[in-house]
Amino acid sequence: MKPFSRAKLLSYALTLALLSWSAVAQTQSKTLNLYTARHYSTDEAFYSGFTKLTGIKINRIEGGEDALFERIKAEGAASPADVFLTVDVARIWRAEQAGIFEALKSAVLTKQVPAHFRAANNTWFGFSSRARVIAYDRSKVSPGDIARYEDLAGPKWKKEICTRSSSHPYNLSLISSMIHHLGEDKAREWARGVAGNLARPPRGGDTDQLKAVDVGECSIALANHYYYLRLLRSAKTEDRALVERVKIVWPNQNDRGTHLNISGGGLLKTAPNRDGGIKFLEYLASDTAQTYFANGNNEWPTVKGVKLDNPALEQFGRFRTDSLPLAKLGETQAAAQKMADQVGWK
Amino acid sequence: MTTLAATLRTRVFKEESLNRIGALGFVSLVTAALVVAPIVAVVWNIVLPSEATWSHLASTVLPEYILNTLLLLALVAVGVITSGVSVAWLVTNYRFPGQRILEWALVLPMAMPAYVMAYAYTDWLQAAGPVQTTLRELTGWRVREYWFPEIRSLPGAAAMLSFALYPYVYLLARSAFIDQSRSTHEAAQLAGYGVWGRFWHVSLPLARTGIVAGAALALMETLADFGTVSYFAVNTFTTGIYRAWLSLGDAVAAGQLATCLLVFVFTMLAIERRQRGRARYAGKRNPMPPQPLSGWRAWGACALCSAPIAFGFVIPAAILLKLTLTNPEVQFGAHLYGLVFNTFILAGIAAVAAVAVALLLAYAARTLTSPLVHGANRVAVLGYALPGAVIAVGILFPLGIIDNAVIALLREYFGIKSGLLLTGSLVALIYAYLVRFLTVAFQTVEAGLTRVTPSMDDAARSLGLSPARTLVRVHAPIMRGSMATAALLVFVDVMKELPATFAMRPFNFDTLAIEAYNLAKDERIAEAALPALVMVAIALVPLVLLSRQIAASARRSRENIH
Repeated sequence: MKPFSRAKLLSYALTLALLSWSAVAQTQSKTLNLYTARHYSTDEAFYSGFTKLTGIKINRIEGGEDALFERIKAEGAASPADVFLTVDVARIWRAEQAGIFEALKSAVLTKQVPAHFRAANNTWFGFSSRARVIAYDRSKVSPGDIARYEDLAGPKWKKEICTRSSSHPYNLSLISSMIHHLGEDKAREWARGVAGNLARPPRGGDTDQLKAVDVGECSIALANHYYYLRLLRSAKTEDRALVERVKIVWPNQNDRGTHLNISGGGLLKTAPNRDGGIKFLEYLASDTAQTYFANGNNEWPTVKGVKLDNPALEQFGRFRTDSLPLAKLGETQAAAQKMADQVGWK
Repeated sequence: MTTLAATLRTRVFKEESLNRIGALGFVSLVTAALVVAPIVAVVWNIVLPSEATWSHLASTVLPEYILNTLLLLALVAVGVITSGVSVAWLVTNYRFPGQRILEWALVLPMAMPAYVMAYAYTDWLQAAGPVQTTLRELTGWRVREYWFPEIRSLPGAAAMLSFALYPYVYLLARSAFIDQSRSTHEAAQLAGYGVWGRFWHVSLPLARTGIVAGAALALMETLADFGTVSYFAVNTFTTGIYRAWLSLGDAVAAGQLATCLLVFVFTMLAIERRQRGRARYAGKRNPMPPQPLSGWRAWGACALCSAPIAFGFVIPAAILLKLTLTNPEVQFGAHLYGLVFNTFILAGIAAVAAVAVALLLAYAARTLTSPLVHGANRVAVLGYALPGAVIAVGILFPLGIIDNAVIALLREYFGIKSGLLLTGSLVALIYAYLVRFLTVAFQTVEAGLTRVTPSMDDAARSLGLSPARTLVRVHAPIMRGSMATAALLVFVDVMKELPATFAMRPFNFDTLAIEAYNLAKDERIAEAALPALVMVAIALVPLVLLSRQIAASARRSRENIH
């Protein structure tokens, strides 16, 4: 009898605590509710920068972009979220297609963010960009041999290429861009060639591919540029030693330019704090916030002429980037996955 | 098993039970319905039209995914059953060096989520890792010139999952072995069976229910796993669900695939129930005294029982520790204490709630013959086999509907403007955990309930106790052990849980598992090691409590016979 009544008492107390917790008001004009898929240690600094500037406190849920998207849809009109930030343009595009973003008439945003980095109807904006680069073993490959994405499919690189799974958004957006530039048939041949050149079944993340090149499991790998820059700026000596042996090329410099993806987002139609949300998006496009992006995760600002304040980024200087409107990549994402499945790119 | 107990029950108290237990049956059905709702939301997709996703997947990757899944299940089944049963048999029946410690230490791998183990082993064993680097330095071989087992492979994933999940089989097999009576063994001895004969022909069949229940938990968790297999790029059926949903953008097809998974699990569980039939073993608790081993046998037993602890706990924990200590960018501060606090609160509340609900459902099933109650229970436990993210979406959907209806109601009739009441609250998150982990509590509590013999009920009832009083006065004290076990298992599972926490938690509310995953996803494994290690350390507390309680109860029942 005794232990049971104790348990009962405990459960009453817990229920009470629980109810008071969940009853905390979620929507006020002095707070901004942010659903974000970004998670970098320097993000703290730039959120507090916004609070200092405007007095608006930021509540956030950092999580899987797809789960957050489903949550916004399920919460419907009553969703407390004001702004949804995510990575990968196909995901942003899918959110736009679901009709959750409001089209904005913000002079600041349209002036700051170049047209190919935002939706044509201004429902979403890209705030930082990441390049898909080709890494190679400098002792085995000369940079001229692998100057274009197209080269990855060449017969020369049989069993020499490492990459992560085709279902990863970074690979899907690259395949998507090939579909747009080469047409479906040639893109499929290209994907088939890459899949046939793989040194091992796709596994691990981008950093794992760089390490695989370093130890000699393959001589060429695909990776997002900031993983390489992170090793370059690392405090660990073995990371910096890797950067000495493994080099990167910015593909397609003599034609369309290097493929980019973005992180970005937009204001939700149901935002309880609409003004705060717009202020926040405009803040993301400001020089201060853009510098944080450049410094924190070694990404390029989408706004032109922002001071980088990041020697590693500056070291690589300017390079030609693909100016295909990024929204296009979302449209063909499903087709890209199907193509990869058909050619056996796992 | 409960079916038989319930049949007995109502045969004795037929008239009485109809009016008295009506309320219990009702409450149990409503509870089961709440737990089943998200599963229904997933299954609902089969009536919706899907795009050409199905034919695409079926003609390209699905056959391989299904084959991989079956292979993975088979390997994990072999792994968890051989290791779980053999070590349980050794520590209950023999005395050898370290046996007292191993007896409780064998559950330690439960503290280590399989995905964390996967990160640790990959870092250690991959071509760029310390093991192979040392090997190359010693031999002068070069990469691609020698063969080395690939950790990121299907056998590798099976190994990770077996290390992480065998404790389920160990725990249940062990308590089954402890429960076996001495007289049965003596009868077998008289019949001329040796040690092996007794093991194969007496102990193993008698422990079958427990072993199968443990293996079922392990295999359901294997089916639901995405963290480990996706990190290892082993494409399973769950990969197919995610591919349909995320890459192909077809949530309906994803729901339909998830439904296939559910049907598979439901069928397997039904076949198992059928095979088990109406067999029921209620021996007296009069266990065998453990026999001392000596010489190489003793050390062999010690080594055999140490191996799963080494692979499932010591090695991965050591790798994480090394990563943490050698990482110059490690952050240790107030932020971490907040994560610890949140993790504790969530896991604690969920554990209590899960045991309460499991008790309600198991008790209703015991006292009622209604096929509706039994059917609802069987569906309610399926949540465990679904990938967490799929369950999360299944929960978000009905919650959103309820929330928006309540908001409309409040505005319409009371003029109150309110925000979301459920979605994004801790209540909703606890609800999600119940849907996911009720099985763990239910299986344990149900097993404990079978230990209460029908004659005890009869005695209590003939003394004039109501069913509710019988529960409190008779059943609860007998079942304290299994209730505590259930609570601790749920606690550990909730601590490690990711996808539902990810999708449903309140603002500014992170847990250790989320922190570890966020860092690992961003390919900062070394920084993820610290929250992972802290999570493991916290999970150790309830696990040690659990083990000591089991060990104590085993000792008590052994001492009773002297």
